[in-house]
Amino acid sequence: MTEEIRKIVADHARLSIDAAGLAADADLYQAGMTSHASVNVMLALEDHFDVEFPDRMLTRDVFESIAAIERALGELRGSTVS
Amino acid sequence: MSVSVDRDQAFLDTVRRVADELAGPNADSVDREARFPIETIEGLRAEGALSAFIPTELGGGGVAFETIAAACFELGRRCGASAMVYAMHQIQVISIVRHLDDAPWFEEYLRRVAAEQRLIASVTSEVGTGGDMGRSVAALTPAAEGRRVFEKQAPTVSYGEHADDLFVTLRRSPEAEPSDQVIVLAHKEQLELEQNGTWDPLGMRGTCSPGFLVRGELLPEQILATPFARVSAESMSPVSHILWSHLWLGIVTDAFDRARAFVRAAAKRSPGETPPVALRLSHLMSELSLLRAEVGSGLRDFVEASAEPDRERLTTMASALRFNNLKIATSEQAPRVCQSALGVCGIVGFKNDTPFSVGRHLRDTMSACLMIANERIHQTNAGLLLIAKDV
Repeated sequence: MTEEIRKIVADHARLSIDAAGLAADADLYQAGMTSHASVNVMLALEDHFDVEFPDRMLTRDVFESIAAIERALGELRGSTVS
Repeated sequence: MSVSVDRDQAFLDTVRRVADELAGPNADSVDREARFPIETIEGLRAEGALSAFIPTELGGGGVAFETIAAACFELGRRCGASAMVYAMHQIQVISIVRHLDDAPWFEEYLRRVAAEQRLIASVTSEVGTGGDMGRSVAALTPAAEGRRVFEKQAPTVSYGEHADDLFVTLRRSPEAEPSDQVIVLAHKEQLELEQNGTWDPLGMRGTCSPGFLVRGELLPEQILATPFARVSAESMSPVSHILWSHLWLGIVTDAFDRARAFVRAAAKRSPGETPPVALRLSHLMSELSLLRAEVGSGLRDFVEASAEPDRERLTTMASALRFNNLKIATSEQAPRVCQSALGVCGIVGFKNDTPFSVGRHLRDTMSACLMIANERIHQTNAGLLLIAKDV
C-alpha cells in the first residue's frame, strides 16, 4: 500500500522534490505540499482506495506523511471490515 | 457570581467607558485626518486592557475570549478604527497565549506585554503571494552569533508605526518551502521599517496601514515553536474572523441606533402618527438580526470547539469552512445594513456632520470584504468543499 500512496503523492502533492526518494515519515508540507494540493491528494486517495475520509480525519496531521496516510487508510479499512 | 464573571464584567464596563469617553468623541477626527486613535489606545493602556486575555499568572487580566469579543463590539460602536486596532492586537496576543507551549522567552514576553502594555502589530501579508497568508517569500536567515535576520515586503502593516512589537510570518529557513512558515515576535528596536507609499483610504482610516519593507534581526528564542499552519488553523484564522465580525457588528449597531434616533425624532414631530420611515427601520432591524445571529453562533462554535481536548475539531476542514463562512457572510452583510441605515436617515445620514451621519460606518464596513479578500477565501472553500463531508 505504501507504494500506491507514494504514487498518488507523486502525482498530486506537487512536491518540490522527487517523491520516490521520500522517507515514509517525511513531512509532506515541509516538502512543499500546499493545503490546496493536499485536497487533491485526499480526492485521489478516496478514489483509488474506494474509501471516504470522514470529517474528523480531514485534518492536517492525517495527511502529513506517507506513513500517516497509511495509518489513516488502515484505520478506515479496518472499520469497514468490522 | 464567581470571581471571573465579576472580573470580566468590570473589564467590559471599563472598555465601554473608554469607548464612550475617548473613542467616540475622537472618531470623526481620527477618520478625517486618517490618524492613529491614540486617545483610545492610551485609554485602554491605562486600564491594562492590552493584556486582558493574558493569564493572571503571567500578569494579565485573565478575562475570557467571549469578553474580548464583546470589547471589540463595544469599541466598534464608537470608533471602527479603534476597535480594529484593539482586535488585531488581541489576535496576536491570543495566538501567542494559546500556542506558547511553556516557552520561557514567550512567557517572559507576555509578562512584559502586561507590565508595559506593549502594542503588537502583525506582518502576515506579503507582496508576491497573491494574498495567500499560508505562503511566505521572505525567510529567516542565519546570521552571526546564532542570530536570524529577515527582510519582508508587506503591502499593508496596520499601525506598524505605532506598535511596540511585530508578529511576523516567514519561511522557516532560506531552503524552506513557501508553506513551511513560522511566526517570530520582534521588538521595535530590532526592526527597521521603510514605508512604501501613502495611506489615504476609503475607510478604516485610523488603522494607518501603509505598506512597509520590514527588516529585522532577532534571537532564535523569538521564533514560536508551533508552526504557523497550526497556529493559523486553531487560533489566528478563527479568532480574526470572530473579533473582526464583532467589531463590524458594533459599527453596524451604531448605524442602526442612529437610524432609530432619526425615526424617533421624526415621530416626535408628528405625535399620533407612525412616520413612514419607521417601516424602513423595521426592515433594517431584520437585516441587523441576521448579522447578529451569525456573529453570535460563530463565537459559540469556536468557544465550544476550543474546550475540546487538543482542539481537534478546529483542525478539521469543516471548521475551516465554518469560520471562513462567518467572515464572508458578516463582511458582506455589514455594509449592506449600513447602506440600509443610510436609506432610513436620507440626506442627514449622508452628511458627515449630523447626529445621524452613517457615512463613516458605511465606509469602515466596506473594508471588511477586503481584509483577506473574500474571493481568496471562496477559492479556499471551493477546494475544501470537494472533500469535506459534514458541513
